Amino acid sequence: MAITPNPYKTTGALGWIDDRFPLTKMWKEHLSEYYAPKNFNFWYFFGSLALLVLVNQLLTGIFLTMHYKPGAETAFDSVEYIMRDVPWGNVIRYMHSTGASAFFVVVFLHMFRGLMYGSYQKPRELIWVFGALIFLVLMAEAFCGYVLPWGNMSYWGAAVIINLFGTIPFIGPDLVTWIQGDFVPSDATLNRLFSIHVIALPFVLVGLVVAHILALHEVGSNNPDGVEIKKKKDPATGIPLDGIPFHPYYTVKDMVGVAGFLIIFCAVLFFMPDGGGYFLEAPNFTPASQTNTPEHITPAWYFGTYYAMLRATPSFAGTQIWGVIVMGAAVVILFFVPWLDRSKVKSIRYKGALSKIALTIFAINFVILNYYGLQPPSDTVQLISQIGTILYFAFFLLMPWYSKIDKTKPVPERVTE
Amino acid sequence: MTPRSNRTMTRLITRLAQVSAQSALLAAAALLPQAVSANTGVALQHFSANSGNLPSAQRGARNFMAYCSGCHSLKYLRYERMGEDLNIPPDVLKKNLMFTSDKLGDQIKIAMPAASGDWFGRVPPDLSLETRARGADWVYTYLQSFYLDDSRPMGVNNTVLAGASMPHVLWELQGWQKKAEHAAEGEHGGGHHEGSGFEQVSKGSLTPAEYQAFVGDLVNFLDYASEPGKQARISTGLKVMLYLFVLLGLTYLLKKEFWRDIH
Repeated sequence: MAITPNPYKTTGALGWIDDRFPLTKMWKEHLSEYYAPKNFNFWYFFGSLALLVLVNQLLTGIFLTMHYKPGAETAFDSVEYIMRDVPWGNVIRYMHSTGASAFFVVVFLHMFRGLMYGSYQKPRELIWVFGALIFLVLMAEAFCGYVLPWGNMSYWGAAVIINLFGTIPFIGPDLVTWIQGDFVPSDATLNRLFSIHVIALPFVLVGLVVAHILALHEVGSNNPDGVEIKKKKDPATGIPLDGIPFHPYYTVKDMVGVAGFLIIFCAVLFFMPDGGGYFLEAPNFTPASQTNTPEHITPAWYFGTYYAMLRATPSFAGTQIWGVIVMGAAVVILFFVPWLDRSKVKSIRYKGALSKIALTIFAINFVILNYYGLQPPSDTVQLISQIGTILYFAFFLLMPWYSKIDKTKPVPERVTE
Repeated sequence: MTPRSNRTMTRLITRLAQVSAQSALLAAAALLPQAVSANTGVALQHFSANSGNLPSAQRGARNFMAYCSGCHSLKYLRYERMGEDLNIPPDVLKKNLMFTSDKLGDQIKIAMPAASGDWFGRVPPDLSLETRARGADWVYTYLQSFYLDDSRPMGVNNTVLAGASMPHVLWELQGWQKKAEHAAEGEHGGGHHEGSGFEQVSKGSLTPAEYQAFVGDLVNFLDYASEPGKQARISTGLKVMLYLFVLLGLTYLLKKEFWRDIH
């Protein structure tokens, strides 16, 4: 099919552009004539909020990069320089550090929404897969950024995470040296993590976000009822009866979400940027030191769940690689969710008791694991983490079974609100 | 409203917001278990540092320069910035507080030569970020927890940081104390209130209450030094919050208006 330039026959300056670039076409397809279900609820704020936080991270990151000096000798000092001598530097830095935590909060809630309403089911499998990729890249991005201030927790966090690669048989130790560019985390390590943090991963992240949204707009949004609105169209216009144009309806609605989110975000940013020691950890106000190990090395709070699984897995046959495999599998398994769910219905509203119980246990367990992943190791922590790890995997691995035998309720023809 | 009453109003609102924010934080803090020293497990005394208490931070600055700055630098803080933030005029600053430099824009360094690392067994650490790295409670308790111990090179030890290389610089003010016999072991958990665990051996020039206030001033100053932009940040934050609540109201009304015809 040939592409017809300017299908809407605009004139004037806009017409000049539309003859050469699909500006009006894109505006209509993605905003003013993108029909979204009218029954989005609270849980649907988090997609636009994730986009907002992404933009926040990119913009504040640009300004931080102007003043930050990568390098083992300069990084820590330059962060304090930003905090003290750069006008508004402290606010920009806190926007970025609080933004990192906020990113994970909104992404976790966004993913939970997807699980709740079956937003990954046919035909939205690829949206979910792109989303899982975004989550994976986001974790790598957050890890690299966490190392950059070169505080003592940055240093030891980097050491622990990079050494995970050392558990790979045969090539492990050499691989660690290759990744670090040295025998221990050092200047070389910091510089390459900086490069990856400011160029490589943001580039991939933005690309994946575009793919995520393009895939969404190709098939249309799911909704809390899991009803396909495209099945019931107005015969005259061809517009879904339960659909409303994204712009202006959801742009104005998302603005309310943005204002509400910013109230919480700014309260943290301005009044408790340390986040009670979880967003900025106390040991990270001491410069990196090879000889001075922090009391408890914990990853950033958002890795708690996965770190708990890493620690919960015992070493076996003389290697600790099993923990790394379990932790990796915990993320990889997300990619398979669209094919693990055998339910006839999408939304939790019309699924049966089994699915509801499974999802509730999963959510509570995720939070508990996250908490215990940050606690100093003990027998209790170990036991709870092990039970939690089993529950985490059970949710996914048993899904083909419980989602299939679960008694579902009839799904209405149209959305209910 | 006159500009004057306007200013009073603003100040009142600011104060009100500060108080409510502080009480919320205190309530949250009360839910947390009492902090203990990671090094020795001794319970720390709670001190809510407030760098916004200007007279206290000023006294802290004076005392820091008099008692601490010989050995401890504040290398991320500049004299000029300190003067501006703590309301200390440049001439007072130059005359009374600047011992290592006569340039206002300089950072607060120490006079000790670089090669003096082994005077105390280790280089005295820079204290710019001490209250953020260790917490205000830790510093507050540490400075009150020196006790006589013949086994140490300086003759003193510290219950918060066992084997501390620092001598008790403030002994003239606090006097000397020794560990109380009955409290030598098992201080965990129990409330470490004033004087607990120690017996006064000789009096200092300050009463225990005065000494405690002296240490409080120092901690307030160090809290300031750990983040000079803190008070400005909080006052900006209050304005931002005010704006955001208005924005929330307006966006909500806008949404309601647009959505009137959606059923």
